[in-house]
Amino acid sequence: MHHDQTIVPRSVGAVAPRRMRFAAPLALAGGATIDGYSLLYETYGRLNAARSNAVLVCHALNASHHVAGYYADDPDNVGWWDNMIGPGKPLDTERFFVVGVNNLGGCFGSTGPASIDPKTGRPYGSSFPVVTVEDWVEVQARLADRLGIRRWAAVMGGSLGAMQALQWTISYPDRIAHALVIAAAPKLSAQNIAFNEIARQAITTDPDFHGGNYYAHGVVPKRGLRVARMIGHVTYLSDDAMMERFGRSLRSGKLGFHFDVDFEIESYLRYQADKFSAYFDANTYLLITRALDYFDPAAAHDGNLAAALAPARAKFLVVSFTSDWRFASPRSREIVKALLDNRRDVSYAEIDAPHGHDAFLLEDPRYHALVRAYFENVAREVGADRLAAGAGAAPLDEGEPVEAAAGGGFAA
Amino acid sequence: MSALAPAVSLAGRPDFGAIASWVTPDASVLDLGCGDGLLLASLEASRGAKGYGVEIDDANVLACVRRGVNVIQGDLERGLQGFDAGSFDYVILSQTLQTMRHTEEIVLEMLRVGRQAIVTFPNFGHWQARWAVAFGGRMPVSKTLPYQWYDTPNLHLCTVRDFEQFCADHSIRIRERIVLHEGRRVGWLPNLLGSLAVFRFEKQH
Repeated sequence: MHHDQTIVPRSVGAVAPRRMRFAAPLALAGGATIDGYSLLYETYGRLNAARSNAVLVCHALNASHHVAGYYADDPDNVGWWDNMIGPGKPLDTERFFVVGVNNLGGCFGSTGPASIDPKTGRPYGSSFPVVTVEDWVEVQARLADRLGIRRWAAVMGGSLGAMQALQWTISYPDRIAHALVIAAAPKLSAQNIAFNEIARQAITTDPDFHGGNYYAHGVVPKRGLRVARMIGHVTYLSDDAMMERFGRSLRSGKLGFHFDVDFEIESYLRYQADKFSAYFDANTYLLITRALDYFDPAAAHDGNLAAALAPARAKFLVVSFTSDWRFASPRSREIVKALLDNRRDVSYAEIDAPHGHDAFLLEDPRYHALVRAYFENVAREVGADRLAAGAGAAPLDEGEPVEAAAGGGFAA
Repeated sequence: MSALAPAVSLAGRPDFGAIASWVTPDASVLDLGCGDGLLLASLEASRGAKGYGVEIDDANVLACVRRGVNVIQGDLERGLQGFDAGSFDYVILSQTLQTMRHTEEIVLEMLRVGRQAIVTFPNFGHWQARWAVAFGGRMPVSKTLPYQWYDTPNLHLCTVRDFEQFCADHSIRIRERIVLHEGRRVGWLPNLLGSLAVFRFEKQH
């Protein structure tokens, strides 16, 4: 069952993003059209000659195309799923050609609200159209075309990334062999939407928001972004994990009888919020939380998820985490049930992990062993063998190099 | 998995052969407590079955994924609420019935979800078990009952006759029964000479 050669897992090393420009207009689900756009992406490993070994890794709320490896000029900026992807890692870049892409509307270099609208010469700001998971999949498909990837060996993602993997199986059933749907939900609950709304309210009511056109004012709605990040962060962690890590520990050993930082958890949240608000664009936060809210493939089928997934032909690995209360295990079981109803190949694992929603980003031996085993079968199925030096194929279109490396190292 | 058919060895699980002989070609199969997925892999290879396993243990779930067998991690004691009525041709519970807390519920759940159900269990009526208790004054330890009384997953041991009575009491029609010992079929005095029972049954219509 196991491979003969045991490779010590290591980093893919120094990586560099590339840019792909798209001139053809794209009609979006919301009715708007975006004329031209560009995407930042990274690739690891090599395409095989049959171009059958490509894996797309989709990012969630606040991550980017920088999935694995590090930047030569910024070695601390490690990809957000580096523990999963690399030579000898569960998604083995010695066998697979892995693609990470910053989605349309993002803030790590792909066209988004902070980009210049060619029509006005000013940042899009509030005029940037609302994009959906379906739109992202459409854009990713165009990127695949340009790279010369007809069919993904797998599309993989956690959380919102998992929703994209799921949408791929519906939008392009013949272009995806396997979907790895991790810490997912088939749609947000009212509570999920409520959390997103609190985050958006924090941003849009910040006086520095200026109706989304804060770029012209030389400010960012930092206070709003900070609160949005705090509320988000709390929902990604479990009560137990927070208690274990911070408990009621006090910053200075005693209560201060003031409203500044007393508890370690407060200090931690403020630190995370400061860090996040320094690199993340507020309009992108609004867009991405909206894409989450709107995702509901069953809606077009009277709420019948099995009917929505009827076109899917991929094989599935669905993974949930017991302590994830944001996208709890029963939400994943809804997906499994709908796949069972369609008699699709599906395996489902419920990982007993204490960390909450963020568990999908952490290194858990059971979780990683499962993903590794799954990809070993994918490799066998699509003929993703270790490539000899010099073997393989180049992407059809190599894109353009990007000067300054832009990428968030953190994700959820 | 490459070339499954010859690679699947059912050595050590004589009940699997009986089950495989009953499952019609291309049937849909739900294997409860599917372990490492051996039976499902065998049914897929030999009968073209479309199979899913249900398994609670992490290591077994991993083994199934490694084998390329569909597995759904879950706890049978919570019933089969994730599965629709009549959604499978066969629901199988092999050598797990005796370890269940909610024995009666799981059998009824099997008949809700499957058009037919197949169970296998160690026969506590086998003469060696009777002998151990009656004359040795000890709980039996054997090939089909390999555990010490203080360290056993078995909660509800029964005999061939017990199970037949259970079926009669629950309006369950037994379609077929095979009783085995040491991998061989026992035709004469099965409740005394057989150590492993295999039943196929359905709801009485």
